[in-house]
Amino acid sequence: MNTAVDMSRFVRSENIEALPPPNLARGPVAWVRENLFSGPVNTLLTLAVIYLLYILIPPIVDFLFVNAVWTGTDRAACRAETAGHPVGACWAFVIEKINFFTYGSYPAAERWRVNIFFALLALGVGWLLWLKAPRRDLGAIYFFWLFPVLSYILLTGGNVSLGLGFWIKFAVASAVFLAVLAAAAYALKTSMRSAVLIGGGIVAVIGITLALVNVDWGLRPVPSAFWGGILVTLLVATVGIVFSLPFGILLALGRRSKLPILRLASVIFIEFVRGVPLITVLIMANTMLPLFLPADMTVDRLARPLIGVAFFASAYMAEVVRGGLQAMPKGQYEGAMSLGLNYPQMMVFIILPQALRIVIPGIVNTFIGLFKDTSLVSVVGIFDLVKTIEASRIDPNWAAPTISYTGYAFAALFYFIFCFGMSRYSLGVERRLATGQKR
Amino acid sequence: MKKAIVSIAFGLTASLLVAGSASAQATLASVKQKGYLTCGSNTGLAGFGLPDAQGNWTGLDVEFCRAMSAAIFDDPTKIRFIPLAAKDRFTALQSGEVDVLARNSTVTMSRDTQLGLDFPAINYFDGQGFMVRKKLGVSSAKELNGASICTQQGTTTELNLADYFRANNMKYEVVAFATSDETFKAYDAGRCDAFTTDASGLYAERLRASNPDDHIVLPEIISKEPLAVAVRHGDNQWGDIVRWTHNAMLNAEELGVTKANVDQMKGSDNPEIKRLLGSEGKFGEAVGLTNDWAYRIIKHVGNYGESFERNVGEGSKLKIKRGLNAQWTKGGLQYGIPIR
Amino acid sequence: MQTAISQASPPKKSFLYDPRVRGIFYQVLLVCVVAYLFYMAASNAIENLRRAKIASGFGFLENTAGFDISQTLITFSAAGSTYGDAFVVGLLNTLLVSAIGIVFATLLGFTVGIARLSTNWMVAKVAMVYVELLRNIPLLLQLLFWYIAVLGPLPQPRDSYVMGAGFFLNSRGLFMPRPIYASDAWVIGAAFAIGVVGTIVFRRWAKKQQESTGRQYPVGLATIGLVLGLPIAAWLVLALANANPVSFDLPVKGTFNLRGGMQILPEFVALLVGLVTYTAAFIAEVVRAGILAVSKGQTEAAGSLGLKPGQTLRLVVIPQAMRVIIPPLTSQYLNLTKNSSLAVAIGYPDLVQVFMGTVLNQTGQAIEVVTITMGVYLTISLVTSFVMNIYNRRVAIVER
Repeated sequence: MNTAVDMSRFVRSENIEALPPPNLARGPVAWVRENLFSGPVNTLLTLAVIYLLYILIPPIVDFLFVNAVWTGTDRAACRAETAGHPVGACWAFVIEKINFFTYGSYPAAERWRVNIFFALLALGVGWLLWLKAPRRDLGAIYFFWLFPVLSYILLTGGNVSLGLGFWIKFAVASAVFLAVLAAAAYALKTSMRSAVLIGGGIVAVIGITLALVNVDWGLRPVPSAFWGGILVTLLVATVGIVFSLPFGILLALGRRSKLPILRLASVIFIEFVRGVPLITVLIMANTMLPLFLPADMTVDRLARPLIGVAFFASAYMAEVVRGGLQAMPKGQYEGAMSLGLNYPQMMVFIILPQALRIVIPGIVNTFIGLFKDTSLVSVVGIFDLVKTIEASRIDPNWAAPTISYTGYAFAALFYFIFCFGMSRYSLGVERRLATGQKR
Repeated sequence: MKKAIVSIAFGLTASLLVAGSASAQATLASVKQKGYLTCGSNTGLAGFGLPDAQGNWTGLDVEFCRAMSAAIFDDPTKIRFIPLAAKDRFTALQSGEVDVLARNSTVTMSRDTQLGLDFPAINYFDGQGFMVRKKLGVSSAKELNGASICTQQGTTTELNLADYFRANNMKYEVVAFATSDETFKAYDAGRCDAFTTDASGLYAERLRASNPDDHIVLPEIISKEPLAVAVRHGDNQWGDIVRWTHNAMLNAEELGVTKANVDQMKGSDNPEIKRLLGSEGKFGEAVGLTNDWAYRIIKHVGNYGESFERNVGEGSKLKIKRGLNAQWTKGGLQYGIPIR
Repeated sequence: MQTAISQASPPKKSFLYDPRVRGIFYQVLLVCVVAYLFYMAASNAIENLRRAKIASGFGFLENTAGFDISQTLITFSAAGSTYGDAFVVGLLNTLLVSAIGIVFATLLGFTVGIARLSTNWMVAKVAMVYVELLRNIPLLLQLLFWYIAVLGPLPQPRDSYVMGAGFFLNSRGLFMPRPIYASDAWVIGAAFAIGVVGTIVFRRWAKKQQESTGRQYPVGLATIGLVLGLPIAAWLVLALANANPVSFDLPVKGTFNLRGGMQILPEFVALLVGLVTYTAAFIAEVVRAGILAVSKGQTEAAGSLGLKPGQTLRLVVIPQAMRVIIPPLTSQYLNLTKNSSLAVAIGYPDLVQVFMGTVLNQTGQAIEVVTITMGVYLTISLVTSFVMNIYNRRVAIVER
C-alpha cells in the first residue's frame, strides 16, 4: 500500500506547461545566426559588409543631414570658415534656387500656368497607370490629344495667329482630302458613310486642334527659350511617351508585317536608332534638322531635341511592343480572322489590347530609361533640370565647396523618386499579370 | 486603309506647314510685321549678354539689340532674345531663326566670305588672353611651358592656342570642354593651370570664380578678335541699319550727346548734332527708318560710351579699361563714320 | 469535299480586294512618301549648304586639324595631323574606355549579381540597394558627380601625392612610369604569346584526358606558369645576356606639372568609374535573372553529388546560366560603348567629343561628320549582334 502511495507521487495529475522551443531555433538571434553567421565565410562577409557600411553611412548621413545647412541667403552660410562649423549639404542653396530648378526663367507672374501643366500631367499619368480607373479609353484620348493641346496653349500662350490665308488653304486641303477618300470608297465599293466619317473625323480633330491653338486666350506668350528646369525635364519625357507609344506600335506592326518593303523599312529604322547613342541623335537633330528644312522654315530650339527623343524612344518602344505581339498565341490571330475581321479590326480590337497589356511592365521600363535619358538634352544646351543645376552651381554668390554635391544630390533624389516609383509600379503590374496567367 | 489615311494626313500636314511658312521678304519689313526683333545672344556672358533669373537681359551686345529695337519701334523692349551656343550661332542666323546676331562673335575673312554673313559693326575690339592663379607666380604667357590649359572646343580660341604654343616652341596640355561654363568650372576646380578665352571673357568669367582675387589675367594678347554684330549676307538695307546704329552711338559719344542730355541737345546749333538727331536731312528715311532714329537710340539706350561703362567698364563689375575701344580721339579704334 | 469547294465558284471580286494587290499598293505608297521626304530633305540640304557656302564631301578629312587633344593613343599634333587623324584618336579613345570598362563592369556586375542571391541577408540587401540606387539615377548625373568627386579632393601638381615607385597622383591625373622597350624586347611579347597558346593547348589536352581517364591535371598552376613565367624567364634571360630590355621613363616634377611618364587623365578615370558602376548594376540584374533561370534541381543534384557550394556555382549553375546571360550581357556591353559618348559632358576626348564636337564646329560639315560618327556606332552594334547570332546558334540547347 505504501508503495502504491509512493508511486502515486510520480504520476502527474496534470500536464505541465510545454517548454518553449530551443531559444536558437527562432527569434532574432537564430535569424542572425542563420542568415549572417552560418559559417566562417559568411561571418567574414558579414563583417566586411558591416565595415563597409561603417565607412560609408556615417559620412553620408553627416553630409546630408547632420552638417547640412538649411537656411541662408548666400555662400557665407555654406562655407566652413564663415559658418564656423563643418558644412555638409547646402540645402539653403537648393531652397533659394528651387524656383529656377522648377521653372527655369519662366516669368514669375506666369508660373501658375506651369503648375496647371504639372497637375494636368499628373491627372493623365494617374488615369492611364491606374489599371482600374474608370473610362481609361477617355483617359487615352485625354492623354494623347487633349492634354498635349492644352499644355501647348498653357505653356506657349497659344495664339499662333495662323491668318485667313491659312484657313482658306486648310479648307481647300480638307475638301480635297475628303473627296479623295470618298472616291477611294467608291472605287473600293466600301461603305461611303464610314469613309466620310473617318475622313471628317480626322479633318475635324486637326481643325479643332488648330483652332484651339489659334485662339487668343489672353495669355502672355512665353518663348521656349525661357522654359527650364523640371518643367523641361517632364516636358521632354512627356513628349517622348506621347509620341513614342503610337509610333512604336506602328513600327512594331510594320516589323511584324508580311509586306516585305514595309517590314524592311521598319527594321532599318529600328535597328539604326537602337544602334547609335542618343547623344548623336540629339546632335544630329540640333545641327542637321535645320539643313533638311526649306531655308525660310525654322524649328524651335526646344523642339529639335524633342523630335530626336521622340524618334529614339519610338524605336525602343517598338521592340517592347513587338515582344507583346510575338507573345500572342497564334489562335488569337486565327480566331480573329475566322470571325471575318480585317487587319485593322483584328489589331485594334483583338491583338493590341491583349499584347499591350502584357507589355505594360516593358513599356514602363522603357519609360524609365527615357526619363533618365532626358538629362542628355542638357548636353545640346537645353535648360533641363541638370542644366539648371550646372548653371547654378557656378553662381559666385553661392561659391562653396559642397554646392556641386548638393545640387547633384537634389537632382539624384528627383530622378530616383520618379524612376524608383515607376519601377515599383511595373513590378506590381508584372506580379498581377503573373497571377492572372496562372489561372 | 488606316495606314493610307495616316500617311495622307501626314503628307497633308507637312504640305500645310511648308505652305504656311513660305514667305521670304526683307528683314526690316518682316521685323516690322512681326512687331519684334529676334536677337541671337550669348547663353550667358556677364557684360555682353546675360539673362537674370527673371529673364531680363543685360550686356553690351544686348544693348546693341535694344538700340536697334529703339531705332525701329521707338521702344527698346520689342525683342526676343535667343540664347545661342558658339556652335549654333551662325546656322541660327543663316536659317533666319534670328534677325541679328549680337553675340561676341569674331569676324574673320572666312566667316565673312564663306558663311553667307556680313559683319557691319565691330562693337568691341578684343583679343585672346590667359588667366592663371596668382599663387603660381606666373607673370607672362611665355612662362606657360608645360602647363595644362582649359579651353572651349570648336572655337578660334582652341586654334589660336595651338598656334601660339607652336610658334613659341612650348609644350602644353589642352583640356577642351563643350561649353564655356564647363570650361571655367574645370579651371576653377583646379583641373588646369590656365584658362584661355577672349580677354573680355576672362574678366567676365573671373567674377564667377569662387574667389576672384585669386586669379590674374596675363598681359599677353595672342590674337586679334574684333567682335562684331552679324547679319545675313545680301540684305543690304538691314546691314545698313546695323552699321549706322553702331555709328550713331559712336558719334553721339564723340559729340557729347548722352541719354540724359539728348532732349536738350535737340536744340543745339551744331550741324553734326542736328544731322545725328534728325532735325536736319533725311538720313533715317534712307535706310527705311524714321528721321529721329538716332534720337530714339540715344533716348532709350544711350551712346556707346555710356553703354560700355554700364556693362563692361568701370561702372560695372567687370572693370575693363576702354583700351582699344576708346574713341579714336583718345587713342582707341572706335571711329564713328560721319553722318552726312 | 474537294469537288464541292471547286463547284462553289468564288464570287467575282474586284482585283482591289486582292490582299496582294493592296499590299503592293500600300508599299508603293510608303516608298513614294519616304522617297519624297528624302528628296525634299536632300534638295533642301543642297540648297542650304550652297547658300551657307559650306563645303561638302569627305575631303576635309585630309585638312590640317590645327587643334590639340589631351589623350592620344597615336601621335597627334596640331600642326602635322589631319581631321582624319583626329577621328582615329577619338575612335581609339572610345574603344579604350569601352574595352576597359567592359572588363571591370563584368567583374563587378557578376559579383553584385551573385551577391544579390547570397544566403547572407546583409550581402544580398547591400547588393540590392546598390542596384536600385545606380539604376534609377541618370548616368549623366553620375558622371558629373564622379568628375567632381575625382577632381575635388586631389591636390595641385606641386603637392602631388607621392605613391612611390614613380607613381604620383594629383588633379592632373595619375602619373606612372612609362616603359621604354629596347630593340630586343619583342622576345618578351613573343614569350607571352607562346604562353597563352600553350595554355589553351594544355587545357584542351587536360580536359580530354579527364574525360577519358578521369585524371585531373593542375590546370590553374600551369596557366600561371605559362602566361606569367615564360615572359619573366625571357626578360631574365635578356637582362642577363644584354642590357635591360625594358627601362622606365619616370615622371619628374616640372614647372607646372609632372613631366614624362604615363598619365591617366582624371576625365578618363571619372568616365571609367561612372560607366563601370552604372553598367555593373544592369549586369547584376542580368546575372541574377540568369542564375534564377537554372532550375533548383540542378543545385540540389550537384549538392547530392557532393560538390561544395562554390563548385556548384562554378561548375553547374554558371555554365547553364550563361546561355541565358550572354545575349542581354552583350546588349549591356553595347550600351556601355554607346554610353561612353557621354564623355562629352566631362571633357574626355572620345569620338563624339573630338569628332562631333571640335571637328564638326571647325569644319561645319555636319552631314559628313554626323554620318561618319553614327556609322561607327552602327557598325559596332551590327557586328556585335551578328556575332551574337552565331553564338546563340552554337549554344542553343540541342534537344535529345
